[in-house]
Order: sequence, then C-alpha cells, then structure tokens
Amino acid sequence: MNRLLIRHGRVVDPAQRLDDGMDVLLVDGAVARLAERIEDSQAQVIDAAGLVVAPGFIDVHVHLREPGFEYKETVATGVAAAVAGGFTAVCCMPNTSPVNDSAAVTEFIAKRAAEAALARVYPIGAVSKGLSGEELAEIGEMVRAGAVAVSDDGKPVHNAYLMRRALEYTQLFGIPVIDHCEEPTLAARGVMHEGAVATRLGLAGIPAAAEEVMVARDVVLAELTGGRVHIAHISTRGALERVREAKARGLQVTCEATPHHLALLDQAVAESEFDPNTKMNPPLRSQEHVTALLDAVLDGTVDCLATDHAPHHADEKALEYDLAPFGVVGLETALPVTYDLLVRRHGLPLKSFVALWSTAPARLLNLPGGTLRPGSAADVTIFNPEARAVVNPERFRSLSRNTPFAGQRLRGWPVMTIVGGRVVWQRERR
Amino acid sequence: MRRVEVMDAREIARALERMAAEVVERGGDEEQLYLIGVQTRGVPLARRLARLLAASTGREVPVGALDITLYRDDIGPWRPAHQQPVLRATNLPEAIDGRVVCLVDDVLYTGRTVRAALDTLMDYGRPRAIRLAVLVDRGHRELPIAADFVGRTVPSSRVEDVQVRLKETDGEEGVWIAREDGHER
Amino acid sequence: MSGERVTRLRGKDLLGIDPLSPGEIQLILDTAVEMREIAQRPIKKVPALRGKTVVNLFMEASTRTRFSFEMAEKRLSADSLSFAAASSSVSKGETLLDTALNLEAMQPDFLVIRHPHAGAPHRLAKVLRSSVINAGDGAHEHPTQALLDALTIRLRRGGLAGQVVAIVGDLQHSRVVRSNVLLLSRMGAKVRVAGPPSLIPVGMAALGCEVYTRMEDAIAGADVVMMLRIQLERQGRMNFPTVREYYDFFALTPERLKLARKDCLVMHPGPMNRGVEIDSRVADGPQSVILEQVTNGVAVRMAVLYLLAGGYGEPTAD
Repeated sequence: MNRLLIRHGRVVDPAQRLDDGMDVLLVDGAVARLAERIEDSQAQVIDAAGLVVAPGFIDVHVHLREPGFEYKETVATGVAAAVAGGFTAVCCMPNTSPVNDSAAVTEFIAKRAAEAALARVYPIGAVSKGLSGEELAEIGEMVRAGAVAVSDDGKPVHNAYLMRRALEYTQLFGIPVIDHCEEPTLAARGVMHEGAVATRLGLAGIPAAAEEVMVARDVVLAELTGGRVHIAHISTRGALERVREAKARGLQVTCEATPHHLALLDQAVAESEFDPNTKMNPPLRSQEHVTALLDAVLDGTVDCLATDHAPHHADEKALEYDLAPFGVVGLETALPVTYDLLVRRHGLPLKSFVALWSTAPARLLNLPGGTLRPGSAADVTIFNPEARAVVNPERFRSLSRNTPFAGQRLRGWPVMTIVGGRVVWQRERR
Repeated sequence: MRRVEVMDAREIARALERMAAEVVERGGDEEQLYLIGVQTRGVPLARRLARLLAASTGREVPVGALDITLYRDDIGPWRPAHQQPVLRATNLPEAIDGRVVCLVDDVLYTGRTVRAALDTLMDYGRPRAIRLAVLVDRGHRELPIAADFVGRTVPSSRVEDVQVRLKETDGEEGVWIAREDGHER
Repeated sequence: MSGERVTRLRGKDLLGIDPLSPGEIQLILDTAVEMREIAQRPIKKVPALRGKTVVNLFMEASTRTRFSFEMAEKRLSADSLSFAAASSSVSKGETLLDTALNLEAMQPDFLVIRHPHAGAPHRLAKVLRSSVINAGDGAHEHPTQALLDALTIRLRRGGLAGQVVAIVGDLQHSRVVRSNVLLLSRMGAKVRVAGPPSLIPVGMAALGCEVYTRMEDAIAGADVVMMLRIQLERQGRMNFPTVREYYDFFALTPERLKLARKDCLVMHPGPMNRGVEIDSRVADGPQSVILEQVTNGVAVRMAVLYLLAGGYGEPTAD
C-alpha cells in the first residue's frame, strides 16, 4: 500500500510548531499532506482518534550487539524491539566484535538493517581502532559508509590527547564525538553509585566525580578545539552544571539522558536485593543527582533522551552483582517510562516530550526525519497516552530481558510504528 | 473460650502437702533425692515441694530446672515451618549421677513431654532412679508412662484444655478446664 | 525496643542484620544463652536437628567460621557437609547458581554460605527452598559475627543498651563493622568507628555510628573496643602505605587501651594479625574476651540453626 491516511489524531510536530488535531497523508514513503481534514478514497485509513501522532522517534544510543554477540541481540531483533517501542530509527554503538572501526563493519551493519527492513539504523563508528584508545579509526571511511557520529562507548576516550585530536578531526565530517564520560581510575572496580546505599550494601562505588571529571575535561577540550562533543547518558549534578555553563558560553557541548537514570534511584539496588538488572554504567544515582537530571530535562539543558539499550543474556545477568555485566535494555520501555514520568507526573509539555525523542535527536546527528513536514520521510510514531499496561519482559521482541522495570504498571504506550510509509509494527489487540 | 475452676489455691496447696508426705513415705532415699522441675511450671512446683520436704524432714533437697524443648518429638519436620518453640533455661546445680531424680511437672497428659524429659536427663548422666510427680493427671496417655505422685486426677476430654496457673508464673493460682465455645460437655 | 516479645524469626533465611527487628535479635541472643549450656554437658549434643542436612558452602577461605558452624551443626545432631569451592564462578566453570541448584537437588535443609561477592546469599535465597544463612558476603554483612559479638558484650555487661563500643580498622572492606554497627545501634548501644580516612566509606554514619579518623578519639572512655583485621591481602597500596605505619597510628597498644574505661572489653573477630592491628600484650591480656567470642560463636550459630529449622508445613499462627 503506498497511500496511508492517518486520521483524527493529535499531531505534535515541534519542528513545525504544530500541536493540533490533524489528518496526515503519506504517499510512497513520504509525508504528502497535513490538514485538518483529508479525504482519500485510495488510501488505507488508520484511525488515530485519541492518539498522538508524532514524527518517528529516534534512539541515538543503542547496542545492537551484531557482529559478535548475536546471543544477546542481533540487528534484526534489535530493530524489531525498536519498532515495538515506537522507534523508527536507532543509532548503534561500535562495541561489537569486531569493533565497528572500519567501513566494512559499518556496511555490514547497514546491510543487516536493510534486510530486516524495520527501523532505520545509523551506525556510530569507533573513535579509536579496536576501541583501544590509542589510534584514530578511519573515521572518514566510516562516515562515507553511513556512520553519523563516533564514540568509544562503553569506554571513555580516556586519553586526553586522543580526544583532542578526535574533536579536531571530526570537524572535517561535521559529526560529533560522543563520549561515555567516566574517569576509569576513579571508577575503579565500582559496581553502583558511590554513596550511603553502596556503603550499606557493601558494594564498591563509582563516585559521581568520575563522570564530572571527564565532562569537565571534555568541555575544556571542546573550547580548545571548537569541536562538537555529545555527552552520553549524563547522570550527575556536577556534570550537568558543567554542560549548562558550557552552553552558556556558546560551546558545542550537548548531552542525552536515559529513562532509567530519570526514573530510578540507587536505592533500587537495595530494594531489588542485589538484582543485577539494576546494574548499569553510569549507575543509578542518588536523589540529589536524579532531581538535578529531571530539572535539566525540564529546563532544556538535556538535549535529547536515549535508552543506551544494552542487551545481555539471562545467564550473564544471573551472576553475582559484582560479576554481572553492566547494562539494561530500554527500547521497549522507553516511551511509557518517560511519558509517565515526564509528561504525566512532572507536567512536561507534550511538544517538549516529542522534541526530546524526535526533533532533537534528528537535529543533533543531522538525520533525516524528526519532522512531519511535507516532503520528509514517512516515519511516524503513534502512541496512546491513556493506555495502561504492565511491563512484561517475556513479551519483549528483544532477545534479552534485562530490564529494571519488570512488573511496573505504566501509562502511555506506543500503538503503531510507521517507517517509510509502511506499518512495521502495531500493538496486538487483546 | 469458657473455663471452669476445678482446683483453687487451697486445694493446690493441700495436694502438694499430700504429695510431699507421699514422697517422704516412699522415702529412705531422701539423701539421694533431687527434684527437677520441667520448664516452665514444673519449676516453681518443684521449689514448693522442696520447701515442704525441708519443713518436714529438716533436709535441703536440691532443685533443678530442665528445658526439654530440644528433645521434643514435635519440633522439626512435624512442626509448621520455621516456628520453633522458645527455649528456656536448663539449670542443674548438681550432677544427677547416682541420684534419685524426681521430675516435677504441672500436667501429665499424653506422656510425650515426660519421654522428652527422660531423654534429656539421660544425656546429663546416669541417675539411680527417676520418679515423676505431677500436680494434675488428665489421662489420655499415648505412651506407656505413669506418674509416681499425683496431686489430683482430673478427667478431661480431648477438646478441652487443662490449665494450671501459678502465682510465680501467671500471677493467679488455680486449675481450670477450658473449652472452646461450641464444645459443650 | 518493641514491647512485644518476639517468639520466632520472620522468613526462612538469615541474610543479614539489616532486616532483623530488635525483637528478633533479642530472640536469637536469648536462645544462644541457652545453647551455651549444652557445651557444659557431658554429652554435648541434643537431637533438635536430627535428620536435618546442612551444607556449608564456603567460597572464600575461612577455617574458623566454617569450624564454628560445623560444630554448631553437629551439636544439634544435624548432618553437616562442607564444600570449599573456588571463588570466582564464571572463570572456573560452574556458576554459583548452578552449584547451589545442584546441591539443592540433594535436598539440604540449610545452606550456610560464605562468598566474596556481596548479595550472593540473597540471590540464592530467592531461588532455593533451603534456609540460607549468610556466613559473610563480600564487604556487606556477617550477621552471626555481629550476633556473637553482641552476646559476648551482653554476657559480660548484662546488656547492650547504653554501651559505648568503638570499632577500629579498615572500615571500607569490613562486613564485620557493617553488621555490628547495625546491630549495636539497633539495640541501643552507642557506636563509634575509626579508621584511616582513605578507608572510610561514604555515608558510614548513616548506618548508625559516629565516625572518627583518630583512633584515640573513638576509644576515649569506651566500654568495648573491637579491632578489625586489616585486610592485608586486599590492601591496595593506594589506600594505605605500610603495615608499620598502620601499627603506629591504628594499632591497639597497651597505651592506647588505657584511654578506654578501666575494664574495657577487648574484642577481635579473628584471625588476628598480632603486631599489626593489635599488640600481643593486649590480645593476651586480662581485658581480652577474644576466646569467649569463639565460644559464643558456636552458641549463636546453634541458636540461628534451631530457630530457622522446622518443617515444610505452612507457618500458622501459634
């Protein structure tokens, strides 16, 4: 079907400053028209009464694990999880095996994504060869093959000299360096946020200072080089203050926040009795930091949201807390967790919510999409703000189930995802 | 729950006096006699008997306390999960080897408590003999056990509860038969 | 402390002091007092746990705690088996969970577990039907140690409320200090902890104690001084320089002991590093109750096993 008419929905498109009841007509994979009332006898009609119709959500931070770790997730299962979560596009991190530090691996990932034909995949290439932090990877070649940014995530670019050169070199390609900000020697062998809860639980802590020190360094280097740095999964009060200052001074420093860092406290580790599904890096923080993060999202210091979707096999997460790998999945809970928390509980305007998930990510990484302006790609996220459901990991499309939100009752769920004018996912009727 | 008094304080006192007299009569073994009360109410009863014996014979009889919980046959698998009975003190001021131990308890019913008491005592040594003194015998023995000295025989039915209450442990004094409402005699 | 007398422990496991109410702590200590008496008998055995199987799964080196548990188990007539397994699970093959599930297939009633990683007993307790007793998990808790320490103080002093207890050593890595602070503060004692500032965990005071960096300040006038073993094997040289420097500033010497009250009790969870955190003259001196701690350890472990035992029937209101 190459004609799709979405009717009666509430269309929210910050790029067009739109928030209104409108019909949307999609033709041959592009947005053809928006109007208060559209008639088209040839189109397949989708009734979006009571639903929000938004430009397709984009998750700029996911781990698809392929090549190399297909037992945790593959590109195919990852994009299936993405569309089930309402995402029309994802950017995937390079810590695969082999590392995505070459055009060959970048092309492989793109190929897999094309075969799956669900969400769009924009690879993020490595900053350093093999993620070893010693030599620059072939950034230009990767960009030619489709990379939209570079990062050494799950590790920091810990060598300041290399970070400086990366910030300079990437300016040639107009892409940012995304940094996982963690000073490794301060973090040492920590497994959760360093604080009263960690002390009570006898677990080694990762101090907030480990993040702040690295963010401070990156801000200085951004100023030195004029380059663009994007702080991945920011989580501490101190780091946010530095980003705020940097922006005030006109530096090209941006940041993203994850749903779990907004919704959960370090206390969750104690409450779950050492459940490794509460273990990720950066860790869940204490109230002081979570409050600061929330404020930063509400006041615009945080540019966009991203899940840091990090699948791990159940066997790996069944290990002792110290030994289990860091990371939780997020694609299939992101929308309800953040909608419920930010819009419903903290009064974030719906337009801002859509901007955080769609408009801003697209702009940040210069991606097509992020708007329903006529002529743009027909990538649409439709969600029901009143839908209520309980998070059930057994029904995830992802291969992995490591979520801290199992059993939570949330309000605000995706109901349909459209990519390039095709309905790639819709919620089953029960 | 309704309760009917079957012995008052005076009757308890008289029963104990009579039991003490019987102990003396059976006697000849007074020098070896050692009263050991079974926790909880057997202990104050043993002390009272010791005082009565001292008054009539002029001799001090040692008194000990024995907690038999760890030897009961109804702890462990036959008990609801993780609900062990509370342990109380065992205090035997003298060795029991070669002595004539007289166990003292408030009520003799199925005999299982006495069985546990016998097994407990055996792990402390080898008495020359063990006798049993109870304030109330309510029948319904499930083991072949009999008391040597009985204060009063109180026939009871299985749905009833025979309650001995002593000043030292309960703040009141008497023996009652209690039954749940609905179980009429 | 609550007025109502507690007669049983909630739950099937003893995973730490943190979940215990003052009433439950009192129950364990009262029961342990009676258990001590069994060691005085000619036959040091009671049939209370006859036919019960206890598996001691020690994934971390320990002789004395394991021995203490084994002795407690045997005194209660339980059948006792001990496994000393390699610590790191994944690299050595079988995961902790697999080891435990395999053991449970043989239907033990109790699993006593010591593990180098915090939270391991808790994860096991969730999936196993057996009663799980934590014999030390990483730097988190060592509940039976805190209970035996409390029993020792109670027997010597008549009670815990109002006692001033100083605990000195490597606080960062010590499960003994965490369990002790929780228990003692919950029972009304006043706890002061001291150690090198580079070994004091963040938020320590929130557990229920005053934190000092000078040992002398913590032990001034104390009723009890408890010395922690300095973890030489885990001691990164980035946290503390040398043993010699440790002795100079943080050892319990006869001179420092004089700062405490005149008949202050000297305690140590063992094994001691003589000449490092404690001077031999103090360890062997008249104020030392270190060996009583060992005796009380068996009684406390007997009490815990006894109270957690029972059938598989549904708990009823007594």
